Amino acid sequence: MTNRTRTATALVVLILWATLASTAASTRTRWTTAQLEELRSMSITELPPLPPDPTNRVADDPRAADLGRRLFFDTRLSSNGRVACSTCHQPERGFQDGIALAVGVGTTARRTMPIAGMARSPFLFWDGRKDSLWAQALGPLESPVEHGGTRAQYAHLIAAHYRRDYEAVFGPLPDLSAVPGSAGPAGDATAMTAWSTLNETLRDLVTSVFVNIGKAIAAYERHIVFGASRFDRYVAAVTAGHPGDDVLTEDEIAGLRLFIGRANCSQCHNGPLLTNNEFHNTGVPSRPELPLDRGRLTGATTVVGEEFNCRSRWSDARQRCAELDFIVTGAHTLDRAYKVPSLRNVAERAPYMDGGQLATLADVLDHYNRAPAAVGGHSELRSLRLKSIELRQLEAFLRTLSGPVLVDGRAAAGATP
Amino acid sequence: MKTLHTLMILAVLTAASTLTACSHAMMMIHGTGARRPAASEFTLGPRASVEGRYVATLEPSQPLRPRQMQTVRVIVRDVDGRGIDDAQIVVDGGMPQHGHGLPTRPRVTRSLGDGIYEIEGVRFNMGGWWEFRLAITGSRGVDTVTFNLAV
Repeated sequence: MTNRTRTATALVVLILWATLASTAASTRTRWTTAQLEELRSMSITELPPLPPDPTNRVADDPRAADLGRRLFFDTRLSSNGRVACSTCHQPERGFQDGIALAVGVGTTARRTMPIAGMARSPFLFWDGRKDSLWAQALGPLESPVEHGGTRAQYAHLIAAHYRRDYEAVFGPLPDLSAVPGSAGPAGDATAMTAWSTLNETLRDLVTSVFVNIGKAIAAYERHIVFGASRFDRYVAAVTAGHPGDDVLTEDEIAGLRLFIGRANCSQCHNGPLLTNNEFHNTGVPSRPELPLDRGRLTGATTVVGEEFNCRSRWSDARQRCAELDFIVTGAHTLDRAYKVPSLRNVAERAPYMDGGQLATLADVLDHYNRAPAAVGGHSELRSLRLKSIELRQLEAFLRTLSGPVLVDGRAAAGATP
Repeated sequence: MKTLHTLMILAVLTAASTLTACSHAMMMIHGTGARRPAASEFTLGPRASVEGRYVATLEPSQPLRPRQMQTVRVIVRDVDGRGIDDAQIVVDGGMPQHGHGLPTRPRVTRSLGDGIYEIEGVRFNMGGWWEFRLAITGSRGVDTVTFNLAV
């Protein structure tokens, strides 16, 4: 080997070493001040106290929450005696069911949403067609494919089995002796006919009990929260000036860097719950067996005229409805836009999207990377052009967002009636 | 053959123009290439309108934070500092770097006199650079003032 060859070889080795070293170091590079601020803003510790819900006067009444907890697990709140809220919102699965389309007394057209943190969301359901937790809880109860029962049936159930606890929270139960066992504005033909024969006073009495069921369930659901994840422990470490590399791996940190950087995830998945609570069309395919639905375009119009919305006579604060007062309806951008879900515990709840269309986290990341055209409306995505290793790093990061779901500070798996 | 050729060119042109129209209309989650203004451009005012008819100042009731419904007062004056009452103000805005508008429809809900107006329903759904535009129709004519806000 001549001197020149030796020098050249040494140079090549040096360059290779420097390149490798800089690649390895890049994942460990310090966060900038702005990035640290962004990371801090995503930490669970940054969640402000749960705001009150003035539309529900018992929202923070512990007796209402206790009543709501028992109602949440009671399968008698259904047409066949086998479906409770907890049938789909299973505590041991983070209050969801792990299947593509929820199954109550029939099969629904949507993926079950988890409950933790929902008390902070201005709009509920994938299309935001409800504007409070209590109004949301009433929807499935009267849906023919979910609980399948009627509001008169539920009012009678309260009178028969929960009278004392109900009255302690809401005052005397109305006299329901003139109300048939099953009647309601939704449901089967018999129930609807029975409802149409009731006078308005009786209908209102039944509806008032029905509404209070929703308010009690909402009071319980306000206690269901996310606990800290590994990601939160990492943020605590790095914002305190520690490297944090004993909390997250290099791949996970690289994934986090992509999450708040080139992958643009934090544009929508921001704040301590990793959601902006808005609605976006991301070109998710529709389910072939279901009719094409328009998502938020329909949901926004629905919630404005909804029977139990903030402005309705069933609300306890009809004058304070900023979300409805300033809502965007009818806009082209709402077409097939769906709610941005929290990414906390996302790895624990496959399949994904409004109809469980995407089976795995890898499928979801592949979807965002390819950014296919929307089947309706316009997708807001553009291809990310991430390499497969970067997609794996993103997935690794998403898995660090898993933590316990807590009810009154205890793991939800033990949250049985 | 020639007709076919012309048709094909037409088809390609139509497809291209449709695609361009689509990409302009939609809100793009991935960058638009808009460049963030210099730090000195980020101000709550006083800020002159485009044609210099008005000077506007924003006074948020609380510091601007993401994901919260907020109320912002705007003070509209003429160049001599006189408050402009009875103006019509239309609120608009968005994130130039992301190509999306405001997630709500904020509007003036109260006129407090001396050129002071209250705008309710303001929400920014993420942190970063937001434009906040006021189209003002008042005694000095029609003009627009755009604020750059760091949320």
